[in-house]
Amino acid sequence: MEFAELIKTPRVDGVVLRRPFMPTVEGTLCLTGHHLILSSRQDNTEELWLLHANIDSTEKRFVGSLGTIIVKCKDLRVIQLDIPGMEECLNIASSIEALSTLDSVSLMYPFFYRPLFEVIEDGWQSFVPEESFKDLESMTDEWRLSEVNKDFSVCPSYPSLLTVPRDIDDESLCKAASFRHGGRFPVLSYYHKKNGMVIMRAAQPLTGTNGRRCKEDEKLINATLCAGKRGYIIDTRTIAVAQQAKARGGGFEQEANYPQWRRIHKAIERSNVLQDSLIKLVEACNDQSHSMDRWLSKLEASNWQSNVKEILTTACLAAQCIDREGASVLVHGTEGTDSTLQVTSLAQIILDPACRTIRGFEVLIEREWLQAGHPFQQRCAQSAYSNGKLRSEAPVFLLFLDCVWQILRQFPCSFQFNENLLIMLFEHAYASQFGTFLGNCVAERGKLQLSQKTVSLWSWVNRPQELERFLNPLYEPNNLVIWPSVAPQSLLLWEGVFLRWNRSTKCLDEAYQEMVHIIEYNKELQNKVNSLRRQLAQLETEDKMVADLK
Amino acid sequence: MEHIRTPKVEQVKLLDRFSNKSVTGTLHLTATHLIFVESNSTSAQEIWILHHHIASVEKLSLTTSGCPLLIQCRNFRLVHFVIPRERDCHDIYSSLLRLLRPVSYDELYAFSYNPKQNDQQREEGWQLIDLAAEFERMGVPCDQWQLTDVNREYKVCKTYPRDVYVPITASKPIIVGSSKFRSKGRFPVLTYFYQEKKAAVCRCSQPLSGFSARCLEDEHMLQAISKANHNSRYIYVMDTRPKLNALANRAAGKGYENEDNYSNIRFQFVGIENIHVMRGSLQKLLEGVGTRSLSMTDYLVGLENSGWLRHIKAIMDAAIFLAKAVTVEGASVLVHCSDGWDRTAQVCALGSLLMDPYYRTIKGFMVLIEKDWISFGHKFADRCDQLDPDPKEVSPIFTQFLECVWQLTEQFPQAFEFSEWFLIQIHEHVHSCQFGNFLGNSQRQREDLQLKERTYSLWAHLLSENQNYLNPLFSPSFAESHPVLEPSTQAYHFKFWRNMYNQYDRSMHPRQSILKHVLTLQESNRELEGTVQALKTKLQKFGVNTSPLKPQTPPRECSLPPRPQSLILGAPLLSRKEVQQEEDEEVFGEEAREDAPASTGGERTVEGSSATENSYGELMGSFGSKNEPGVVTLEFGVARMTC
Repeated sequence: MEFAELIKTPRVDGVVLRRPFMPTVEGTLCLTGHHLILSSRQDNTEELWLLHANIDSTEKRFVGSLGTIIVKCKDLRVIQLDIPGMEECLNIASSIEALSTLDSVSLMYPFFYRPLFEVIEDGWQSFVPEESFKDLESMTDEWRLSEVNKDFSVCPSYPSLLTVPRDIDDESLCKAASFRHGGRFPVLSYYHKKNGMVIMRAAQPLTGTNGRRCKEDEKLINATLCAGKRGYIIDTRTIAVAQQAKARGGGFEQEANYPQWRRIHKAIERSNVLQDSLIKLVEACNDQSHSMDRWLSKLEASNWQSNVKEILTTACLAAQCIDREGASVLVHGTEGTDSTLQVTSLAQIILDPACRTIRGFEVLIEREWLQAGHPFQQRCAQSAYSNGKLRSEAPVFLLFLDCVWQILRQFPCSFQFNENLLIMLFEHAYASQFGTFLGNCVAERGKLQLSQKTVSLWSWVNRPQELERFLNPLYEPNNLVIWPSVAPQSLLLWEGVFLRWNRSTKCLDEAYQEMVHIIEYNKELQNKVNSLRRQLAQLETEDKMVADLK
Repeated sequence: MEHIRTPKVEQVKLLDRFSNKSVTGTLHLTATHLIFVESNSTSAQEIWILHHHIASVEKLSLTTSGCPLLIQCRNFRLVHFVIPRERDCHDIYSSLLRLLRPVSYDELYAFSYNPKQNDQQREEGWQLIDLAAEFERMGVPCDQWQLTDVNREYKVCKTYPRDVYVPITASKPIIVGSSKFRSKGRFPVLTYFYQEKKAAVCRCSQPLSGFSARCLEDEHMLQAISKANHNSRYIYVMDTRPKLNALANRAAGKGYENEDNYSNIRFQFVGIENIHVMRGSLQKLLEGVGTRSLSMTDYLVGLENSGWLRHIKAIMDAAIFLAKAVTVEGASVLVHCSDGWDRTAQVCALGSLLMDPYYRTIKGFMVLIEKDWISFGHKFADRCDQLDPDPKEVSPIFTQFLECVWQLTEQFPQAFEFSEWFLIQIHEHVHSCQFGNFLGNSQRQREDLQLKERTYSLWAHLLSENQNYLNPLFSPSFAESHPVLEPSTQAYHFKFWRNMYNQYDRSMHPRQSILKHVLTLQESNRELEGTVQALKTKLQKFGVNTSPLKPQTPPRECSLPPRPQSLILGAPLLSRKEVQQEEDEEVFGEEAREDAPASTGGERTVEGSSATENSYGELMGSFGSKNEPGVVTLEFGVARMTC
């Protein structure tokens, strides 16, 4: 298919772009296969380059022959384009509509994007499971790397290499896989160096209504316990939801079959509920006419903050079991690809200082989200302005980022990265020139040949020029476990994302710059003092030598 | 001391408000403080509670572990003691009941408090704020405004200061006539003069207009205010009450200005609720945020139902209206409510702060409070329940003003010389009765009490430790680029002030404070600059000339969008308090002693790693038990750990 077929009017002059808190721009609107471009053709004025993939929905209106298209983006921005000429406007609108809803992945921009920078470190090669296994091997010999899923036949959504208990053979793994939803048998997610406790993750067991059991599954998870130790199974669903799942063949671990494990149920919402929550929240944030009461009631009704609290609380609980109780944890919900990953990845941020560095955070996202099979393409197909029929869209990853932001707010000096990194990840998960978030699992990415045909987000992020934007000037490495507060008073609305386009941040940005300046000035002074001291010491010794000679 | 029957009780348990944690210690009762000293010798925390801070004491019914005593403080602290013996509890309870209800001013702490200063230092403290100089700074007296001696003896208005400023053309008979037509005699006077446009902000109380009464002198008075400003043909009259309230007042012979009788006025209601509504609102707010294991839904619903942020927004909206009328239209504005000492004070003070950068400095903010609140007779004694309590007179009017300022600091992090800790400290002392400034209801009463001779000034005290209250991001040049603040009043910009209303619930606060961190760095920068200078001088003796330091100008070319959305975070500076504590235990006793162990620990910023943190027994206990969900106990486990 040629993009040109979809572009009836590639160029319109005299288009006016309106954005809140920004000057209006008048210029020429151009449509290309992947971008909507508005340029005033003057120096020093900002051009708009918008990826069609970033467009969530459009609306059009007419007043006389002046048409207006409201473009609502997945990064929550809303822009208005005033287009003279009814026909032009209709053409542009239908092209945008078609180009922003292309079904075929291989037509997406990452397959066409050629980087203008030199790829120094290929992000596709940056995170190799063997590497992290080496680290693990240096600490314990209880685990092994299994190739049972080499051809993705045991579990389509898992990567080909998985870390499993040493004593469990591949045959048992296959049997355990047949007992877990989507074949997602329990695998290692995190090893806590301090006490050797582990977090494992899986999908729900397929007990069904007649209480099926699977000896291999039991053996597999018991193999992670030290003699005489017990562990916790954190089921991210309420007991009622878990009970209902039995009717559809799912279920939860029965005490009788897993006597060494204690099951805890939490109440993290399912993905369709979360999508609804996002839509309501963004609607509330965008309505400028709200009175105080209406705003608070809309914020409450969206349930977004409740979702944040619940996810964070569950992650704290998992971390608590590991660090305080000295007990291993198995986390699962239904499919093991959403709430499960939120909990295991957040728990690691709490427990493991390495995850609070930029590199470590990238590794975490690569390992616990991309390779663990979070279906990014399905979940991020639409964002808060989606009005069509939703399939499996859900802001699962955005909620995870929100929770990370909450912890960052409470421990502003303990993270090597700042809020920008989180916002950037949110943007790129929904629309990007990079291939990293395409596809739903490792197997799909392999088929798409992403590593050959597209550029990795990490290739770009890890360039020193880019990294600078994401560094937290307050960072002081902190090797402790960080326990965030989950009191409602401590959890805030993430304004950097949800009010990003609805407020002027000039004063806040300048204040931030001032803070950066104070920090940098401090470093500069310290260097100065050190060099002066050295100089003085040198002069003094020389002086003394001269005196001695005399 | 005659009220203290039991000065000391041992083995008292202090329960945490939000968890099941408790510590054991000894309770001491002194003439001024209730002190709890934890028995744990390694990290013994002390809590000092000033009797004046106690709003209520409640003795709950006896439990197996003892007799619970619940103490609620006006600075939003809530402590829950369990005293082993019922008799001790009763003794403490009845002593406190007596001690927290002083019958005469002489019993207030300010009259016994002695910071070891001599009379001259005390006097200098009181001279720090000079309102005549402040009016001079504004450019008053001038060709249109003059100082009148009509109230020199407090004869025209008992609740006004002696010195008030009125239009040149307002003669004494007009003033006196106008005052007779105004509630409590509070006639229109100048409170702020916007020199650039010669526009004035005046304040008064409601007119006694009833349904039809009018007063020529009062009409002349308004005319005189209008004429004093050549830039505008009209003046605004802002009635800060909801229209319904003003209408209801007419039946009592009071009311509002009839536009037909006053020429060239533009009359405007702005709808701020009365003291009773505000009192109820705060009550609801505190009930909401004081709940244990609060869910997000209950928190947000509670916040909405309390109406608190709605009221804050109403005050802010009114102040913005005032500032716009003055700075944009160049019109003078007359502000009143009913008696002109609550809502009027809020709106005039906040409006002036929006218009004049001086009031955003530490000294300027003191002047503002001294002018619009203290001198014009905000009834601190009644509103803050200092003496002879009438619960119906108590209301958090001044707290709301402080909160509005805090909301502004959130939107304009570089506009204020002070940090939120300054606001919280002022709030603390409005209720502490430790300094003379806020005692009594009017200037006249303060003179009768001879406060300047018998007590100390808070402002001198705050200035002496002002480095604790500095906002490290304050930029004096911000005032030039933003002489008038124009805050957004979108509902989502108004946030719950956790550091005020949950200030003693430390577990809720960020574990690392950006404010503290940056303040420390700034201080270190000053020291390093000194070191650099010293080193250079030494080097010069060797004949070496070094390059001068780069000037401290922030690199502006950065186009980075990063920002933490609030820079005012977390716990106040503690290290200084410790130093102060040694010098001046009585003053700082309360906060310093409580904070000291935490700060000496050095690691208070990173909690959750201390060995003293309980591991949760419930979790282990629940293991063997058969009850199915086990969710509840764990929930508490987390709450305890993390909240």
